[in-house]
Amino acid sequence: MAVEERDPHSGYMTTGHVWNGIKELNTPVPRVVYAFLIATFLFAVVYWVLMPAWPIGVTFTKGLLGIDQRTTVAEKLDEAARARSTWETRIATQDYAAIQADPQLMVRVRQTGHRLFADNCAACHGANAQGGPGFPNLTTTSWMWGGTPQQIAETIRVGINATHDQTRIAQMPAFGRDQMLPREEIAAVVTYVRSLSEPNVARTAPPGQLAAGKEVFAANCVACHGEAATGNIDVGAPNLTDRFWTFGGDLQSVFTTVWGGRQGHMPAWEPRLSPVDRKILTLYLLDLRTEVP
Amino acid sequence: MIAQLTSSERQTALLLCAATMALGLVMLIAGLDNPFGIHGALVMACAFAVMLVVIAGYFAPEPSPTRLRQYYDDPSKVGVVLAMAWVVFGLFVGDWVAWLLVYPDLTFDAGWASFGRIRPVHTTSVIFGFGGNALIATSFYVVQRTCSARLADQVSPWFVLLGYNLFCLVAITGYMMGVTQSKEYAEPEWYADIWLVIVWVTYFVLYMRTLARRREPHIYVANWYYLAFILVVAVLHIVNGLAVPVSFGEARSYSAFSGVQDAMVQWWYGHNAVAFFLTSGFLGMLYYFLPKRAGRPIFSYRLSIISFWGITFFYMWAGSHHLHYTALPQWVQTLGMTFSLMLLVPSWASAGNALATLNGAWNKVRDDATLRFMMVAAVYYGITTFEGSFMAIRPVNSLSHYTDWTIGHVHAGALGWVAMISFGSIYAMVPWLWRSQAMYSARLVEVHFWLAVAGTIIYVMAMWNSGVVQGLMWRTYNESNTLAFSFLDSMVAMRPYYIARAVGGLLFLIGAAVGSYNIWKTLQMAAQSRYRTQADQPEAELDGAAAALPGE
Amino acid sequence: MVRRPRCRGNSIVFGFHYRLERKSIWFVVAIVFVASIGGLVEIAPLFTIDQTVEKAPDMRVYTPLELAGRDIYTREGCYACHSQMIRTLRDEVERYGPYSLAVESQYDHPMLWGSKRTGPDLARIGGKYSDEWHVAHLDNPRHVVAKSIMPAYGWLKRTPLRTEDLGRRLRAQRKVGVPYTDAMIAQAAADALAQTEPDSPGAEGLLQRYGEATQVRAFDGIPGTLTEMDALVAYLQILGRLTDLAHQVEAGTRQ
Ligand code: HEC
Ligand code: HEC
Ligand code: HEC
Ligand code: HEM
Ligand code: HEM
Ligand SMILES: [Ca+2]
Ligand SMILES: [Ca+2]
Ligand SMILES: [Cu+2]
Repeated sequence: MAVEERDPHSGYMTTGHVWNGIKELNTPVPRVVYAFLIATFLFAVVYWVLMPAWPIGVTFTKGLLGIDQRTTVAEKLDEAARARSTWETRIATQDYAAIQADPQLMVRVRQTGHRLFADNCAACHGANAQGGPGFPNLTTTSWMWGGTPQQIAETIRVGINATHDQTRIAQMPAFGRDQMLPREEIAAVVTYVRSLSEPNVARTAPPGQLAAGKEVFAANCVACHGEAATGNIDVGAPNLTDRFWTFGGDLQSVFTTVWGGRQGHMPAWEPRLSPVDRKILTLYLLDLRTEVP
Repeated sequence: MIAQLTSSERQTALLLCAATMALGLVMLIAGLDNPFGIHGALVMACAFAVMLVVIAGYFAPEPSPTRLRQYYDDPSKVGVVLAMAWVVFGLFVGDWVAWLLVYPDLTFDAGWASFGRIRPVHTTSVIFGFGGNALIATSFYVVQRTCSARLADQVSPWFVLLGYNLFCLVAITGYMMGVTQSKEYAEPEWYADIWLVIVWVTYFVLYMRTLARRREPHIYVANWYYLAFILVVAVLHIVNGLAVPVSFGEARSYSAFSGVQDAMVQWWYGHNAVAFFLTSGFLGMLYYFLPKRAGRPIFSYRLSIISFWGITFFYMWAGSHHLHYTALPQWVQTLGMTFSLMLLVPSWASAGNALATLNGAWNKVRDDATLRFMMVAAVYYGITTFEGSFMAIRPVNSLSHYTDWTIGHVHAGALGWVAMISFGSIYAMVPWLWRSQAMYSARLVEVHFWLAVAGTIIYVMAMWNSGVVQGLMWRTYNESNTLAFSFLDSMVAMRPYYIARAVGGLLFLIGAAVGSYNIWKTLQMAAQSRYRTQADQPEAELDGAAAALPGE
Repeated sequence: MVRRPRCRGNSIVFGFHYRLERKSIWFVVAIVFVASIGGLVEIAPLFTIDQTVEKAPDMRVYTPLELAGRDIYTREGCYACHSQMIRTLRDEVERYGPYSLAVESQYDHPMLWGSKRTGPDLARIGGKYSDEWHVAHLDNPRHVVAKSIMPAYGWLKRTPLRTEDLGRRLRAQRKVGVPYTDAMIAQAAADALAQTEPDSPGAEGLLQRYGEATQVRAFDGIPGTLTEMDALVAYLQILGRLTDLAHQVEAGTRQ
């Protein structure tokens, strides 16, 4: 063993060892390897001196620059807030009408509102704010809790049936499950309610159904939904005469609503979103709203 | 196979099977009402199956004593077959997982098939099932050749190989039943962890005993890497696996560490699983099969030394680059970043050493797809480690972390490096192992090579793109200085890339299937023919007395 | 056969190595030694340096139901897609809320910080959405988020929660350092049920043990039955709310 030989191709000597035919050249380590080792090491040393780096017992070296990721991000956030404050303070202080009349500010609202809505609200209200089963469409003029900017902002702040201590509370009683009304009467009132927005139902309903339903409605529902069934924003009772339904407007869904009651949960955003962000969202929603009767 | 064992070894094997069955029975009884018991049954069934094989061969005639003068390759042969089975399975699951992100309802409303449960099935199957079997098979093969000595034992190689596969089986069936510690790349629960420790210690002892029999006083580089792989993986596995089970009869356990310490231990493990499982072991493979196939000496012995110790030392500091900007104290992040940068030097030194070894053999690289697999692997190894060191820089990581960029990096390493070097080594080793002149079809090796290269490029390009797009979308600000995109915007933007990735993965999977077919045909061919290659006969006559070596 | 090796290297290092690589035992020792340093230097001080984990006096432990939910979260592999670690970066704080503190996962054995965000970060998901939404979303994400690529977890609603092992789970948690009391362990199974039954006598005891702020509701919307959905939603609703410290820190460091 250990017979060194010269590799004809590279001209280097082998180490003389052979492992099942494999040999090794005794090529010196290329300079560049050392150079890079030293370079990366020097970089590391400089970095260690400047930044928090080495543990020593119960503490660690803090680095000459005194940098800490937590203060860095706090500074960055403050800086960003300052940069935004040029327009954010205007949104915070001006009233809604003034902002809506200011095309520049509305550009801010649309840019910012889109992302805020998509990351926080879209999960329930859908990417286009058009709602889904159990979650209201926010692009209509039909607001359960009122459509003025202040009312909308308040809904967003405290939520509906949420954990906030000032939360709005909405409860549609379970007339069937809690045995407040017999099944036939519910069937009748459901037909009546649907007839308010769908002329078809009015035309095809069995004779007497509508009248019976109207009677039931007057006795049980007007307290919340009002004489004309157009809703009451004080208790969050929706308008039942338009074509917007949170929980579905087909026979089965409306029946389920009246039978089992409803109590939708809308989280309160005060703990999570800043006042400006909430105001932006309000403006964003108002901006989305399409004028539908 | 059993015919190679003496009757007392056959008895030992039976005893081991019986003991394992008893263990399974105890588990079954203790955990009747939960997956622990099901795993008991699985352990029993596997041990029983092996027992049947042993019994079937039990009355075969005693082996001739001359067998001790030859290498013991049966475990390597079985290891290769298992590795190919795992890779096809693991890649299939990987591609399924990839399609799940395009069509999320491919789960058939079944728990076991949901993304979160089968994603670790994929990672475990390819890393541990495929990679691990390839490592065990080649390490047995290489250590014998480079020591000119037969494996030190007859039964324990089987225990290592089959015990290890039992571990993998318990692991993946566990995930599908929801049994997981949730630690990435260490998901198996406590009992599987303990079992692996036993298997691993056996592996280490066997390896050391074989090294002790070597003829050449010097230990070859490949063995340094295999040794580092075995040793360090044991240390990592034991520390990261420390946990308290809910009770003896239950699968669930809780990690001994929590929060920030647990995160650091986990990524110290996770990163070095990459280093010592996915790198060190495979470098061992590279160091044997590449020079062997190229017929060239290693470019530089001294460079090997530098890169080996550089890798062994630097890697262990780099784990905290998985935790940049997190609640992990910043000083640890600094160390992780700086050591990751220094790590690039020995990493590129290894890649360079491999490529420079091909000097004088580039014509072979052109003609021989097997060698080309290894060459491409070395290139991808260089790309991946460069990328890794780059991603370890804090500001870069602020963009790449949590995104598909990491996935792109992983698969550049996994497909380009780990899988390619394994395929190359296996294609080289199969004809030698089975004493066939060559692979059944060189054209099919060529087909596999191009499918693998195409698949890897499509996969990695898709993920680099999606990762950077994702990372940028998450932090893009509009003129108002507010975030421009929602999370959902970024999710929707990923779809085309996810489709591309799944297609690339499919190509890679088809390639592996072609490879398996080719290997299968080679075995059939070898069984019929009497070809013998000259390349691979022991240099000198082996005998059992080779143990007492100078310098040992 | 015995032959004296000639020192090949012309430098001390290579010469030393030339000898080292002849002794497998010493080679092993060298590997273990060289490989141990990094881990020791980086991990051990995390236990000794006090400021590694902040002090949060209001930090509470998971209730048995939340712990069960956490175990389901790991079982289903939610961590494969969701991180629970808001990094100290402007965009993350602006999107997800105050950056995560070490103390917030102090009782997390193991931590679930995650390494990939196929879905959004969940560190502060608690209270962001309603229980109904979570139930609908887990049942099938595409019912509420049309383009979602998250898997459906329909079986959670259908599967009753296993509670008889909760006491043992709490005990194991105590062994690894979570301060569960004997009473908490003894009452674990009952407490899990009680957390879904507001105004029941059991709920009172639960509030006593885990604090008044504990959320007691029929999380899956069906009172009287305890399902895996109850547990998972209870867990999601507590995420980010075990302590208020992160919000205080944010308020304190920002003007
Ligand atoms: C967890 C689901 C959920 C999320 C998230 C959510 N909402 Fe709602 N929201 C609801 C539900 C449910 C209602 C209807 C409550 C009811 O049925 O009484 C509602 C109602 C509203 C209303 C009142 C509509 C009316 O007719 O008066 C407004 C305004 C509103 N949401 C805005 C928002 C905004 C803005 C966001 C995001 C910051 C948001 N919501 C996020 C569930 C949600
Ligand atoms: C105590 C007040 C109250 C009474 C009485 C009441 N409602 Fe309601 N109703 C509500 C509230 C509040 C809601 C909205 C619930 C929600 O959004 O969570 C509602 C919702 C509804 C809806 C669902 C509308 C949609 O968009 O899907 C229907 C239908 C309805 N009520 C019909 C009736 C009928 C019919 C009666 C009488 C039999 C009745 N309500 C009595 C308060 C009441
Ligand atoms: C395939 C990846 C994947 C898996 C696995 C997964 N999710 Fe998701 N998750 C997503 C994606 C993508 C979204 C964003 C779209 C959406 O809201 O559905 C999401 C959203 C969510 C959200 C809403 C977050 C927010 O702020 O809007 C919650 C909560 C959630 N997932 C919980 C879970 C739980 C619990 C599990 C496990 C039982 C889980 N996820 C498993 C991908 C996943
Ligand atoms: C057919 C080829 C393959 C496909 C289609 C594929 C697909 C995937 C997918 C979809 C993921 C999950 C990514 C995510 O969560 O976003 C993944 C993760 C992973 N795969 Fe693969 N894979 C393939 C081959 C391999 C191979 C050969 C290996 C290893 C040898 C491998 C190792 C991994 C690892 C380690 C992860 C986890 C990455 C992480 O957590 O960051 N994959 N793979
Ligand atoms: C110099 C060498 C390398 C360095 C410095 C390095 C660095 C990194 C970095 C910075 C990450 C991202 C961590 C994060 O942001 O979450 C990462 C992830 C990863 N790398 Fe490497 N890498 C190297 C080589 C390799 C190689 C050769 C492989 C082989 C397959 C590999 C496999 C992985 C895997 C699997 C992950 C994903 C871990 C996870 O689940 O999050 N790396 N690496
Ligand atoms: Ca484990
Ligand atoms: Ca990962
Ligand atoms: Cu790493």
